[in-house]
Amino acid sequence: MSDNDIGERVKKIVVEHLGVEEGKVTDSASFIDDLGADSLDTVELVMAFEEEFGCEIPDDAAEKIVTVKDAVNFIQEHAA
Amino acid sequence: MFDLSGKTALVTGASGGIGGAIARSLHAQGARVALSGTRREALDALAAELNGAAVLPCNLSDAEAVAKLPGQAEEALGGLDILVNNAGLTRDTLAMRMKDEDWLTVLEVNLTAAFRLSRGVLKGMMKRRSGRIINITSVVGVTGNPGQANYASSKAGLIGLTKSLAAEVASRGITVNSVAPGMIETAMTDALNDQQRERILANIPAERLGKPEDVAACVAFLASQEAGYVTGHTLHVNGGMAMI
Repeated sequence: MSDNDIGERVKKIVVEHLGVEEGKVTDSASFIDDLGADSLDTVELVMAFEEEFGCEIPDDAAEKIVTVKDAVNFIQEHAA
Repeated sequence: MFDLSGKTALVTGASGGIGGAIARSLHAQGARVALSGTRREALDALAAELNGAAVLPCNLSDAEAVAKLPGQAEEALGGLDILVNNAGLTRDTLAMRMKDEDWLTVLEVNLTAAFRLSRGVLKGMMKRRSGRIINITSVVGVTGNPGQANYASSKAGLIGLTKSLAAEVASRGITVNSVAPGMIETAMTDALNDQQRERILANIPAERLGKPEDVAACVAFLASQEAGYVTGHTLHVNGGMAMI
């Protein structure tokens, strides 16, 4: 999987789940502060990432996934 | 009204009087049910009556077994729409004589298992944007009862769990409610002598003990589509013995 590919798929999930405009989903965008997610949304995003990329994101790692870039980095390192 | 066709439900403590009635009631409304409990024979006998029922024995004081139960139910039924945390046990004694073990066992089975199972089923319910969790608490969780510090605490805890979960997941189409039975005719109340029975009845305006079916009907209602705007509620089913 290329980095680019992961980034696009992550952004697509974020757009679908949070119903935000694609342009707002930048690498540095924070799910909660910039994209209007609440804590339950972030749990759902993590679930969606796990499903899309077939990896498990433990709770302590999930807590550190604050921005789009955080998610992409984690998946790059751990995706099957 | 209250049609549950195509829905699936897991009922814990299904080998008991109230649990069995709940399973029958959900089944009668069209749901497919998974029956959990510790008495395999009783579960098998009930399953034989309820077309398509699955039997999933589980010791709720075993954390590992509890962690597996939601997945087993989802697999057996092809998803899970309704969880009824009905299982409960008593270890009655005055608080001054109550051993840690009496306290911990009751809390573990009545409260902690309900939390663990709820946590386990929520993921699927969140994805489907619908679900029902119904916790069977007790009138004594609100009124207290001498000799039942452990049981009453566990049942009060279930009410707090119900309200907190309800607030967390309401936006995802999932409701979480409690049903609080008063004195219901079960093996437990069969053991009362005439004098005890009379004293209890004197405090019940309906002048009768409740039947398991009285409780089960309320569970079926809360499980239904029609109850979709009811959440965080505790529905008391006690013939008026405590109007709370």
